[in-house]
Amino acid sequence: MSDLALPTPNIAATPGRPAALADARTMAARCVRLSSRNLDALITSLMLPVVLMLVFVELFGGAIETGTAYVTYVVPGVILLCAGFGSATTAVTVSADMTGGIIDRLRSMDVGGPAVLAGHVAASVARNAVSTVLVFGVAVLIGFRPHAAPLDVLAAVAVLLAFVVALSWLAAAFGLVARTPEAANGFQFLILFLPYASSAFVPIDTMPSWIQGFAAHQPITPVIETLRGLLLGTPVANAPWTALAWCAGILAVSIALSGVLFRRRTR
Amino acid sequence: MDDDPAIEATGLTKSYGALRVLDAVDLAVARGTVFSLLGPNGAGKTTMVRILATLARADAGTARVAGFDVAAQRREVRRRISLTGQYAAVDEVQTGAENLRMMGRLFGQSARAAGARATELLERFELTDAGARRVATYSGGMRRRLDLAASLVGRPEVIFLDEPTTGLDPRSRQAMWDEITRLVGGGTTVFLTTQYLEEADRLADRIAVIDDGRVVAEGTPAQLKRRVSDQRLDLVLTDDETFRDVARSLGNRIVVRDPAALRLGVATDGSAAHVRALLDEIDPRSVAVRRFAVHDATLDDVFLALTGHATSPDKESAHA
Repeated sequence: MSDLALPTPNIAATPGRPAALADARTMAARCVRLSSRNLDALITSLMLPVVLMLVFVELFGGAIETGTAYVTYVVPGVILLCAGFGSATTAVTVSADMTGGIIDRLRSMDVGGPAVLAGHVAASVARNAVSTVLVFGVAVLIGFRPHAAPLDVLAAVAVLLAFVVALSWLAAAFGLVARTPEAANGFQFLILFLPYASSAFVPIDTMPSWIQGFAAHQPITPVIETLRGLLLGTPVANAPWTALAWCAGILAVSIALSGVLFRRRTR
Repeated sequence: MDDDPAIEATGLTKSYGALRVLDAVDLAVARGTVFSLLGPNGAGKTTMVRILATLARADAGTARVAGFDVAAQRREVRRRISLTGQYAAVDEVQTGAENLRMMGRLFGQSARAAGARATELLERFELTDAGARRVATYSGGMRRRLDLAASLVGRPEVIFLDEPTTGLDPRSRQAMWDEITRLVGGGTTVFLTTQYLEEADRLADRIAVIDDGRVVAEGTPAQLKRRVSDQRLDLVLTDDETFRDVARSLGNRIVVRDPAALRLGVATDGSAAHVRALLDEIDPRSVAVRRFAVHDATLDDVFLALTGHATSPDKESAHA
């Protein structure tokens, strides 16, 4: 009791950079906890993908001709849509931190920007893991039958993970720019739209010719093609490499950008 | 080493755009004391705290905190300070205990040490029962206490408190005051900003009055009160002519002057003897004063006395 207020200088037990890793872990645990307790947002991010899949498969599915059962065609797209939506939530959580009182406390404790943002990205990965499993389970219930070897499943998970990490960092950078969490929310709509102009829901060759060029070359399409090929056991050509290259590029730019933005935002 | 001031600022200057928020501020705070920066909204208090706590950079001037330069040795400073701002820096959806444990982990404590420290601080701040509840369920006073507890997790040498009692009810304010007093008893240095004269008076060893980015007065509460009494005698006079006569005879002892209402204010210590002496001096024949009242001096009175003008409107909120 009596030593509580003694001004013992706090010299971190592990000096130097490893502290940043430990900080990132602590921040990740915090963000996962915040996510899991934000019930409204959690339910939205879990239910929306499931509802979307039911809409596509049950309502639109009868009218869309893709050469296979539509459920087989669309599930990889819905999984991706759900991952994109889930990752984009990171913009909101980052923005909420930046506009609240906690960021000053963290900075005055010398917790760095990368550790703070990595915590949000880690929570995003955790959220997406849960929602992807949920979507996949519902997909199987309504007739999705993957034909994938265990290694292919692993590869699909790896590509999806890369996509979620890259998009979450991009969302984090967006969250640093947005002035309010409500504004940061706009990023979700941007990301929610991109899969529609890809091969996620309908084959690209059924689209008007002016958009085919964009749809074929935007980053979502190779990710979709990779997931679809790996899960259904069809050829993927070099789609996985294109997908990973996109993810690496987005990740590198987002990390660099968010580093600059964090410093500028907190000056 | 111990003779080094805990905080030393020289010529600190900061502008946001065309607005000069701090103008060559000099300060020195001895170790183990409470220093209060007293001023209205927009005076530059929060900016001062942010610079000293390494969160903002001064345009000119230097500052040392706990012996280290706030610009060049940021990391060393950050290990030795804590900051409690106007907005609670705790997560609402985490419990009180979780918030404190998280801070401990960020300070490099082991999970076990962080848990023990959290328990200790919850007990000390009378939050043990609330420790397992989410902060969203806390009252304003409990939140501030948790916030202060969180700032003590790392045993800082220097604690910055930016308006720690603004918006609190009187009972919670009293509880915060008791806590701050206990902190200093343990040897910690406290740098506190406030808009309340009473708060600065109660807690601080030294007070600096800041106005428009400049320190207009600095000293112990007793020294300042010799310049500005903490009570004010308000007189409403019978007519214009009496008002002019009394105003002339009181001269520069007047702290409030309102000709339209025929009202004059003079500083007093509030004692019956002093008030009676003043009334006798002003109105020996008991005809000039229609009504009188004794008030606590407000920050406005202090400002009027020290700066010759009333407090200026809110400017700081734009970048607080």
